[in-house]
Amino acid sequence: MVTPLTATVDLVVRFPGIVTADVRPGYIGFIINKENLVEVATAIRDEFGFDLLTAVTAVDYIAENKMEVVYHAYKTTGGAGLVFRVQAERVDPIEVPSLIEIWPGVDFQEREAWDLYGIKFTGHPDLRRILMWEGFEGHPLRKDWKEPFFEEETKPFKSRWPDGQHTFAENKNPFRDNLNFPKDFDPEKYVVDKEEDLYASLERYTTKDVEGNMKTDHIVVNLGPHHPSTHGVLRVAVTMDGETIIGLKPVMGYLHRNHDKIGERNTYLQNIPYTDRLDYFNSMSNNFGYCTTVEKLMKIPVAERAEYIRVIMAELSRIQNHLIFIGMLMNDLGTMYTPSLYAFEERELILDIFEAVSGARMMCNYFRFGGVVRDIPDDVLQKIKGLVSERLPAKTDEMERFLNENEILVARLKGIHVLNAEDAIKYSVTGPVLRATGVPYDLRRADPYSIYDRFDFDVAVRQNGDMMDNYLIRFDEIRQSLRILEQALKQIPQGPINSQKAAYQVRVPAGEAYGRIESPKGELAFYVVSNGKPNPYRYHVRPASFVNLTAVESMCRGTKIADFVALLAMLDIVMGELDR
Amino acid sequence: MENEKLSLPNYSIPEDIQNVVAVTTLDRLYNWGRRSSVWPLMFGLACCAIEMIAAQTARYDMARFGMEVMRPTPRQADMMLVSGTVTKKMLPSIIRLYNQMPEPKYVVAMGACASSGGPFKEGYNVVAGIDKFLPVDVYIPGCPPTPQALIAGMIKLQEKIDKQSIKHVTWYNKEKKDGNYVPMPILGPDLIDVRRNAEIRDVAAAKESA
Repeated sequence: MVTPLTATVDLVVRFPGIVTADVRPGYIGFIINKENLVEVATAIRDEFGFDLLTAVTAVDYIAENKMEVVYHAYKTTGGAGLVFRVQAERVDPIEVPSLIEIWPGVDFQEREAWDLYGIKFTGHPDLRRILMWEGFEGHPLRKDWKEPFFEEETKPFKSRWPDGQHTFAENKNPFRDNLNFPKDFDPEKYVVDKEEDLYASLERYTTKDVEGNMKTDHIVVNLGPHHPSTHGVLRVAVTMDGETIIGLKPVMGYLHRNHDKIGERNTYLQNIPYTDRLDYFNSMSNNFGYCTTVEKLMKIPVAERAEYIRVIMAELSRIQNHLIFIGMLMNDLGTMYTPSLYAFEERELILDIFEAVSGARMMCNYFRFGGVVRDIPDDVLQKIKGLVSERLPAKTDEMERFLNENEILVARLKGIHVLNAEDAIKYSVTGPVLRATGVPYDLRRADPYSIYDRFDFDVAVRQNGDMMDNYLIRFDEIRQSLRILEQALKQIPQGPINSQKAAYQVRVPAGEAYGRIESPKGELAFYVVSNGKPNPYRYHVRPASFVNLTAVESMCRGTKIADFVALLAMLDIVMGELDR
Repeated sequence: MENEKLSLPNYSIPEDIQNVVAVTTLDRLYNWGRRSSVWPLMFGLACCAIEMIAAQTARYDMARFGMEVMRPTPRQADMMLVSGTVTKKMLPSIIRLYNQMPEPKYVVAMGACASSGGPFKEGYNVVAGIDKFLPVDVYIPGCPPTPQALIAGMIKLQEKIDKQSIKHVTWYNKEKKDGNYVPMPILGPDLIDVRRNAEIRDVAAAKESA
């Protein structure tokens, strides 16, 4: 069973003259007049019930001199989504109304589109660059923007293939380095951005009187980008009244590795190893998401045995991700290392399986369009069976027994940082964090992909939405994953592992596809636009961590700074995916 | 005395204290102390950081070699393990951390990205190797290097420490006090390496059109 590509909603009938159906071959959805976007979007949310706006991104159609902003909206009750878009003339300033009033979850994604495409979202209260720094020259994802190491529009580069003549990218750049400056730039006269905009965007108060004459003032604290508790290179600027957080802004981009730009130069196949490095805990899940998306575009089936192998790998990945999550959460709560050493012990066993099937512990590069690259040997299948039926359930129980009723843990987690369901949906939060608020939204059930509809499992849901539930739901999910694994291991058939012939390049018909999977961190989606050539015209990653972080400011206001550290662990962010 | 000859001391030690006295050189003692307690900066950049954590867990146990005490503050760290892609946006923070580390200090470039930019080299926000700014002592290949490779790299660093002599090291040299200070790069229209200001100005002036 596959849900249809688009919901059966006819916006054209509801808004004649404002909305037109997108009739380009391979495209679906509706094109909305720029001026009426807010009005139509309100109707999409309130009348048609698409309450979860998962992705906002832009595409630069330079040949048609148009910039397009694409929105993907879904219902939290499940089912197909709605794609709508606005188009703007490609003349600066490009202006599109912001949807932040309707779906506050678009906040960071609109800022990203401004940063990388230079689209001004009118009405956005805090439209600063998000991945690059203020003062950076140009909007890098525009098709006419060339990076300093630019060689050719698309790979494989002629300098490398077919006669194998290699030139270093350095030799083509006057600096012999990854640098590019505008004409007549003088570094000594450059005024460095002091990040005043960032600090101005923080909520603050100047001075207040507390009962008579005592005057207090806020302080601004920067956490990171080098900080032991920020899970990588995230930076957070916080204003505090004593220990209480008043305003908070995440600052990111410290690991912005230009996945989108590199992805548009790569061929489709070359992108698979890059997806490994998005959420580097779960390379199998990332492969899954990307291959699902491109298969959607190519309209090819997946070999039956490969479907099972994919599910087995994705669920093993989920288990090890949640184990690490628990270990890291404990680290941030202060029980340095002991629980995480237990977690890593189990993780190593799962990594052994990844290594046995793919050859690499972390960067598996295992999936291919139409299947997987290698078969699972029988002894590895036996090993997985042993893990799933004996070791992992026992170890999960053991961890729960040791940790769940620990007094300090309960004191630090219970009733802290409550996120209610309404806010979670508003901020486009997905994954375990959303399900802990009582919304049973799991893509494996709500919008089934691959063969998840064949398995009997429950969507893990908790009701309170506090940190404790967020912690417990991870154990629930491990149990459900084990259930799926048990069935998959029983049902896995013999047969070929790829429906396609092995090829260096795949033929992808023109069109667009938005493929999403339930990664351990939430909804991981890829938006790929093809123009029929060997390289994707647009390659966009919709990462779960990035969008989930939108909710963090409202969750933290009024809480203590020490709890914020735990909250970051609880959101389960990973910088490779957050910054891409 | 040469380190290699230490096991054959040509001193005659009186018989009654033969089991009490050992002969060694100051260098050797000094290096033995340093190489057995290399404290890395607790500093993860990207994917490689996960393998760095894995190398410290029970299975690989980097503590066997005396380098498990990760310090989040640069003031207490001896070695900076650059574990992952160095981006232009992150670089000023890395340089600041390096400058704050006390001598003697070492830099290990872990993985393809830190060594050369790796798969992301062509990216507009990526620095093609930390060695453009910091003096790197050991490069560890891999994407990411396995924990075994990381430990092998650490042992290489220990070998390097073993060969240093108190007579020649820069950090006791009064004239070279700031020998390892790296000027802070600036985030402008692109990354400005202030040591190359003149070159940047010249190339930008010679550029064809705006």
